[in-house]
Amino acid sequence: MSELLQFLLSGVTVGAVYALVALGFTIIFNASDVVNFAQGEFVMLGGMTTVFAHAAGLPLPLAALVAILATAAIGVALNKLAIEPARGAPVVSLIIITIGASIFIRGAAQLVFDKQIHKLPAFSGDDPIVLLGATILPQSLWVICGALVVFAGLWFFFTRTLLGRAVLATSNNRLAAQLVGINTNFVMTLSFALSAGIGALAGVLVTPITLTSYDVGLGLALKGFAGAMLGGMGNPKGALAGGFLLGLLEALTAGYLSSQYKDAAAFVVILAVLFFMPQGLFGRKSTDRV
Amino acid sequence: MKLTPKQATLLVLAALIALTPFFFPSGYYYRVGALIFVNGLAVTGIVILTGYAGQVSLGHAGFAGIGAYACALAPVHLGLHPALAAVLGAILSGCMAWLVGRPILRLKGYYLAVATLGFGILVSMVLNNERWLTRGPDGIDVPDLGLRGLLKGWGLDLSNGEFWYFFSGLCLLVGAWLALNLYDSPTGRALRALHGSEIAARVVGVDVARAKLQAFVISAVYASFSGSLLALQNKFVTPDVAGFMHSIEMVTMAVLGGVGSVLGAIFGAGILTLLPQALTVFAEYEQLLLGLVMMLVMIFLREGLLPSILRKIRGTGE
Amino acid sequence: MMKLTKTTTALATLALLGLAGPALAEIRIGATLSATGPASFLGDPEAKTLEMLVEEVNAAGGINGEQVELVLYDDGGDPNKARTFATRLVEDDEVSAIIGGTTTGTTMSIIAVAEDAEIPFISLAGAVDIIDPVKPYTFKTPHTDRMACQKIFEDMQKRGFSKIGMISGTDGFGASMQAQCKSVAGEYAIEIVADETYDPKDADMTAQLTKIKGAEGIQAVLNPGFGQGPSIVTRNYKQLAIGLPLYQSHGVASDGFIDLAGADAAEGVRLPGTALLIAGILPDSDPQKPVVTAYKTAFETRTGTPVGTFGGYAHDAFLILKDAITRAGSTEPAAIRDAIEATSGLVGTTGTYTMSPENHLGLDLSAFRMLEIKGGTWSMAE
Repeated sequence: MSELLQFLLSGVTVGAVYALVALGFTIIFNASDVVNFAQGEFVMLGGMTTVFAHAAGLPLPLAALVAILATAAIGVALNKLAIEPARGAPVVSLIIITIGASIFIRGAAQLVFDKQIHKLPAFSGDDPIVLLGATILPQSLWVICGALVVFAGLWFFFTRTLLGRAVLATSNNRLAAQLVGINTNFVMTLSFALSAGIGALAGVLVTPITLTSYDVGLGLALKGFAGAMLGGMGNPKGALAGGFLLGLLEALTAGYLSSQYKDAAAFVVILAVLFFMPQGLFGRKSTDRV
Repeated sequence: MKLTPKQATLLVLAALIALTPFFFPSGYYYRVGALIFVNGLAVTGIVILTGYAGQVSLGHAGFAGIGAYACALAPVHLGLHPALAAVLGAILSGCMAWLVGRPILRLKGYYLAVATLGFGILVSMVLNNERWLTRGPDGIDVPDLGLRGLLKGWGLDLSNGEFWYFFSGLCLLVGAWLALNLYDSPTGRALRALHGSEIAARVVGVDVARAKLQAFVISAVYASFSGSLLALQNKFVTPDVAGFMHSIEMVTMAVLGGVGSVLGAIFGAGILTLLPQALTVFAEYEQLLLGLVMMLVMIFLREGLLPSILRKIRGTGE
Repeated sequence: MMKLTKTTTALATLALLGLAGPALAEIRIGATLSATGPASFLGDPEAKTLEMLVEEVNAAGGINGEQVELVLYDDGGDPNKARTFATRLVEDDEVSAIIGGTTTGTTMSIIAVAEDAEIPFISLAGAVDIIDPVKPYTFKTPHTDRMACQKIFEDMQKRGFSKIGMISGTDGFGASMQAQCKSVAGEYAIEIVADETYDPKDADMTAQLTKIKGAEGIQAVLNPGFGQGPSIVTRNYKQLAIGLPLYQSHGVASDGFIDLAGADAAEGVRLPGTALLIAGILPDSDPQKPVVTAYKTAFETRTGTPVGTFGGYAHDAFLILKDAITRAGSTEPAAIRDAIEATSGLVGTTGTYTMSPENHLGLDLSAFRMLEIKGGTWSMAE
C-alpha cells in the first residue's frame, strides 16, 4: 500500500513538472496556433538565470523574479523576431522555426552560462514529509501548488477576463478579432510574455528537485508537448490533466512493469488516445476550412 | 535540345557527383560528399511525404534506424548478405510504415507530428534497451558490404572514401530518378492534389487515405535505405541513428533547401552537412549559428534556399 | 540552373579549402571530443584539459624542442560526426596521433578510421571492448567499466554483502556498466536481486528506488551512471530513508557530485575513484601525489570548476602521448605507436600505466581507490 502511494507521489511530482511546461504551451497555442518547441528553453532559462543571479549575490526570490522577467522579455523577442514575421507559414516551417529558436537559445546559454549542472536550494528545506509510509519532498508541494495556481490563473484569465477572451478570439479568427477592435499584436506579445514567464517560473520551482543545465530544455519540451497533446492542445484543463497523467503513467509503469520502458508506456498511451480521440482528452473539435 | 525539368535535375545531380571530386584536396572530402548523398537520399523521401503530400513526420529517423540495424543484425543472425539485409530493412520499414501509418495518418498537423515523434522515440528506445540483440547505446559493428573488394577484383581499385562517395552518389541518383518519376505518375498527382486541400482532393475522387499511406510508406523506404547506407559505410551503428535529433535533421534539411523539389531538398542536405564542418573554427558558436540559420531561412525564404535563390537569379537575369 | 549550382559548389569547396588550410606546427595532435551534446559533462573538461596541457607544454619549449599544435573538434557525442572528424584529422589535418572518443560509441567510430590509416589513437571511453581484443593502434586511459564493477564488488564482499540492487542510467555509460556488473557479479558471490533503470533526464527516481527497497534480503545498492541522474538518485535515496549502503560509479567522481547531491544525502556513499579526488589527503610518499596536485591546481585555477575523473583521462592520454613522442624522438605514427606500447611506470592522475603488446590499457585494479564521502568530502574507505 505504501508502495503504491510512493509511486503515486513520485508520479504527481514528475507530473506537476510536465503540467507546468504543458500549461506554457497552451497559451501560445491559444493565441497563435503555434506549438512552441522552445518552451523547454524558457524553463531552462528560468532555472539557469536564477542560479547565476543567486550566485551573484541576489537573494533567491529576487533572483527568481529577475529570471522570470528576463525570460518573459526573451519570449516577447521570440514572437517579434521569429513568429510574427512567419505568420501564415505551414506547420512544418513553424516547427522548424521554433526548434531553430530552441537550438539558438541553447547555444547562447552554453556561452553565456556554462555546461555544468547546477542546483538551487529547496524553498522549505529537504526534510521529506511522511505520509502513510510514503514520502514527498516539500519542494514537490511547491511544484504541485505552482501548477495548480498557474492553472487556476489561466482558467480565470481565459474565461473571466476580457483580455483572456480576446486571446481566444484572436486564435479562432484573427481577422474577425481585429475587426471587433482587438489589438491582436498586443495579444500575441502578451501571450508570449506570459508563456515564457510561466516557463521560467516552472524552471525556478523544479530546479531544486531536478537540477538544471543548459541542455535540459529539449527533454522537458518533448514531455510537456506530449502532456499537452494527451490532454488536448489549447486547453489549460487538458494541459494540467495531461501533464499529471503522463507523470503518473511513467511512475506506475516504472513501479509495476519496467523502468526501461516507462517512457514508451507514456507514448503508447498518447498514440492510443490520439487514435480514438484525435483531439486529445479535452481538446476542442476543429473543422477543415476549404 | 530542350531538357525537361526531370532530365535537367538528374543531369545536374550526375554532373555534380562526377565532377566535384576534381576539386577535392584530400580524401576527407569524399567522406563529406558521401554523407551529403546519404542524407540526400533520406531527404528525397521527405520531399515525397512533405513536399508532394503535405504531411509532417518527426519520426522518420525510426525508419533509418530499422534500415541501419537490419544491416548490422541480419547478416549475423540470418546469414544474409549485407546488401540483401538492406533490402530486408526496407521491406520491414515499409511494412512498419503501413501498419503505423494507417491509424496515425488520419491525424493532422501537430497531432500527426506528435504521433510520428512517438513512433520514432519508441524505435530508438527498443534499439537502446534490447541489449541482447542490439548491444545497446554503445552501438554494434556492421559487416562489410564487400562490393569494394569485388570491384578491386575487376581492376577498379578505389579507396574506401572514393568507393562510398561514388556508390552513395549512384544510390542518390537512382532515388532521385524514382522520386521524379513518381511526381508525374497518377499517384504523384493524387498526392499533390491532397497537398492543396484534402477535402478538394476527396471531392475530385482521390482516395485520400490511400494516397497518404503510399507517400508515408515510400518515404519510409527511402529513410531505411539511407540508414542502411550510413551503417554500411561506417561499418558501425549506434541508436543515435534513430534519435529524435536525426528526425529533425532530415526534415530541416528538406525544408531548408526547398521541400517542393528533389534538387532543393538535396541542396539543403548539402548545406546542413557542410555547415558543422565549415564551422569547426567557431565550434563554440555552432549551435547558435545553426539555430539562427534555421530561423532566418524559414522566415525570409519560406520556400527554401534553392527556389529562393533561383528566383532571385531569374528575376534579375532575364 | 546548372551554372548556379556549380558556382555554389565551387564556393563551398573554396570555403572548405580556406578553413582547412594547414598550420605550421612541428607536432600535430588531433582530438575529437564531445564538448557539447549529451556527453558534454564528460567531454567539456576533457577538451579544456587538452587545451591547457598543450599550452603548458608549448610554454615549456614543446616536445623534443618542437611546438605542439592541437587540432580539436567537437563531435557533439554523435558517432557519425566523430567518424567524419576522425577522417578529417587523418586525411586533411594529417595529425600524428588522435586523442578522443569521449563515449564508447564515438570511440568505436574513430577506431575504424585510425586503424585503417595506422595512426595511434588513445580513447577516453570506458568499455572493455575498446582494447579487448587488442587492436594495434588503439589504446585507452580510463579503467574499464568491468574493473569498476570488480572494485565495487570486492568492497561489498569484504563488507559481507551478497544481495544487492542496481539502478542504472540508460545512457551508454550506465547501460554498459550495468551489463558488465551483471556479468562479473557471480565471481564475487553477489546476487543482483533488483535491477532498475532511469532515463538520464528523469526528475524523480523514487518509484524505482521504492521497488528496490522492497526487494527481499537486499543489503546494498549500486548506481552506475553519470551526470545529474546519480545526484537525484542519491537525494531520493535519502528521501526514502532506505538506509542501506549506497555505491556510486566512477562516473560521478568529482566534487561536483557532493555539491549537487548535497553533503547530507551523499554522506556514506562509496565509489571507486582515482587519486585525483583525494589529492589533499594523499600521503607524501604516494607517487601520484605530485601529478594529481599539479593537474588539480592548474585546472581549477584556469577553469574555476572542480576537477573530475574525466578531465583526468584526457590529462593521462596527453601525458602518455608526450612521453611516447619524447622517447620515440619522431613524429612518425608507427614510431609513436611502438613507443606508446612500451610505456612503462608512467604515473598519471588515474594510475600508473605500464603498456604491453597484450595490454593497451596498462592499469590494474590497484589504481582504483575505494572512496567514501564523509562530512562533505572524500576520504579513503580502505
